[in-house]
Amino acid sequence: MAERMPRASSPPPVVVRGGTVIDQRGRRRADVVLDGGLVTSVAERAEAPSRALVLDAGGCLVAPGLVDLHVHLRQPGREESETVETGARGAALGGFTAVVAMPNTEPPLDSAETVRTVLEIGRTVTCEVAVAGAITVGRRGERLSPMAELARLGVQLFTDDGTGVQSAGVMRRALQYATGLDVTLAQHCEDLSLSAEGAMHEGSWSSRLGVAGQPAAAEEAMVARDLVLAKDTGARIHFLHLSTAGAVDLVRRAKSEGLAVTAEAAPYHFTLTDGAVSGYDPVFRVNPPLRTLTDVEAVKHALGDGTIDAIATDHAPHAPEAKDLPFDQSPPGMLGLETALALALGELDLPPEQVFALMSWRPARIARLDAAHGGGQGGPLVPGAAANLCVVDPELPWQVDDRPPASRSRNTPYGGRRLTGRVRHTVYDGEPVVVDAEAQR
Amino acid sequence: MRPFPVHLLSMEDLDAGQIAEVLRVSDSFAEVGRRASPKVPTLRGRTVATLFFEDSTRTRMSFETAAKRMSADVLSFAHGSSSIKKGESLRDTVETVEAMGIDAMIVRHASSGVPDRVARWVDHSVVVNAGDGAHQHPTQALLDCYTVREALGGGEDGLARFGGLRVAIVGDVRHSRVARSQIVAYAALGAEVTLVAPATLLPPSLEGWPVVAVEHDIDAVLPKADVVSLLRVQAERGSGVLLPSLREYTSGYGLTARCATMLQPGAVILHPGPLVRGVEIASEVAELPQSLITDQVANGVAVRMAVLFLLLGRDAHHGRLEEVPDRG
Repeated sequence: MAERMPRASSPPPVVVRGGTVIDQRGRRRADVVLDGGLVTSVAERAEAPSRALVLDAGGCLVAPGLVDLHVHLRQPGREESETVETGARGAALGGFTAVVAMPNTEPPLDSAETVRTVLEIGRTVTCEVAVAGAITVGRRGERLSPMAELARLGVQLFTDDGTGVQSAGVMRRALQYATGLDVTLAQHCEDLSLSAEGAMHEGSWSSRLGVAGQPAAAEEAMVARDLVLAKDTGARIHFLHLSTAGAVDLVRRAKSEGLAVTAEAAPYHFTLTDGAVSGYDPVFRVNPPLRTLTDVEAVKHALGDGTIDAIATDHAPHAPEAKDLPFDQSPPGMLGLETALALALGELDLPPEQVFALMSWRPARIARLDAAHGGGQGGPLVPGAAANLCVVDPELPWQVDDRPPASRSRNTPYGGRRLTGRVRHTVYDGEPVVVDAEAQR
Repeated sequence: MRPFPVHLLSMEDLDAGQIAEVLRVSDSFAEVGRRASPKVPTLRGRTVATLFFEDSTRTRMSFETAAKRMSADVLSFAHGSSSIKKGESLRDTVETVEAMGIDAMIVRHASSGVPDRVARWVDHSVVVNAGDGAHQHPTQALLDCYTVREALGGGEDGLARFGGLRVAIVGDVRHSRVARSQIVAYAALGAEVTLVAPATLLPPSLEGWPVVAVEHDIDAVLPKADVVSLLRVQAERGSGVLLPSLREYTSGYGLTARCATMLQPGAVILHPGPLVRGVEIASEVAELPQSLITDQVANGVAVRMAVLFLLLGRDAHHGRLEEVPDRG
């Protein structure tokens, strides 16, 4: 677990009262008492210690904090869009107590210096900030980044996200090198020779709208290639934001063969289709692009049957001026942190236990932020566990834009939507960072 | 009949009745064009701006001529010298132009969908799509329909001739906004559209497109076609890499002198321009009497006058309906 800045004074104990605890061990009615950064008691009726802050959790689910494997915090370089601090605030509002920051910053997170900077800022904010390092220098897909040096700083995931590593030779070398470091490579699967200048999914909508398309084959070709390379090298590989039925099938088959592969899906890939682009609103431009209903159904199915291990937001803020450009000139990406849990609870037809598995303990394990790797994320809520909690009212309806997001950007594709399930409180390292859906700092 | 739409962004905005209305009104304005002094006061006091973010000579001149013949004031936005180059956003440009008191914006852009976005941003202006990326170019399709109707002698309300009319659209459909508009327009009028192109120059999906057939052999199509509509190979949009060579394209899909002999009597040839002679059409074929390329250009002005009239001139507030010129 990341070391935190020493506190001037330790926060008061917290009692989360009246909720239903839900974790890997199942579901039970219990109050949770937190003190000194740890869970001290989980009991049907807990006594509140003196000077304890009591958080009402009536009607709520009390789960380990959520873990997001995929966020773009834009720092350094694009602070007008987001910072580590504003991103972490959005994460807390979304119930996340840990995020993995992608390395496509400016400069990219391909050196000890930049990684250290982000980690240091991350120690002062409202959730744990882990860093994914770049696989290659400058994310150019040519020379390997100093992966061992970054791994010594605690980097567990490496990716050139934003683009995939195009050269099979470079990717094979990176996978081989990774096996010696016991780290995981995460791939943005897109063969650029197939997706070229595409700005949306290639299909009936792109044809009609006259927008160059990214075929499903661009994603699937790289998934297939990397599965071959993972088998060949024995390295662990994680597939970022899988979006096509074909890609999901490839991963399902590889898992049945026992390959060490994991995968994530983004909420926009199980809630929106390429038809959303019909008005050319750049807020619907994202990469991988919104796909067809068939793909949406395949992603949902894969989240249900375990083919996809985690829901990751791919939170990608862009300043308003960037989204006032023509569709094909605007940068891809959508906000995701504050809407992910409600979408997962509301749109997947999965029991809450499974939703929290997808959003808390499974991603915690993939990012190695779990107790087994010395971290405090995603574990069962028992005395001695780290005090990271997400308290959500699963029945509470809310309007996405009833207030501005914590992000410096506004590019949510869910504007005007009514969602059900609102994060009520978030506790990170014993500190209530969100209380009654309000960020505390 | 449905009222004419507020903006003309896509041929899908118009049904058959509205297309017929455009063609009828175009007849009146074509008559104006034949007068010694081809000018009417229909849009006096109105201001039309051409916002061309992509280079074009013929379409801009056609729209500006149309607006001027209707006595509108015409403002021209030239992207080469504009604030866009100084980093101003598209939206700011549009809002600035509208704040000058513009009634209509004629928008061309290399990116698909820009006119749709502009139409959302404007407060009171009407927006006409003058070609957006590979999406739509509705006035081109309308002037093609007008030209075909004129050539086939359909008469004033002569849309009956379009029923079962066999139209072959030949060439780079994938990148063509003209084709996307033509297909919708011809199909709405009852014509049977066949696309003729190498597979790499077809859109990735034709799901839901009102075409009756796709052919890869121009020789098989020409003897049956009533209208042959050629498209330019858009090398600048990437057609180059989708073909082994222009020479190979011409040998399979160019309208050569040999091919032209296969046309049935009365069949007509259209091309939206600019022509790339020797690639999609042989020079001598472009000069044949059944080639309507010059008529298309001439009709373009009348059809664009009709579109501006239908979008602006009937505005109740201005009460200009009585000023529709009578047919001579």
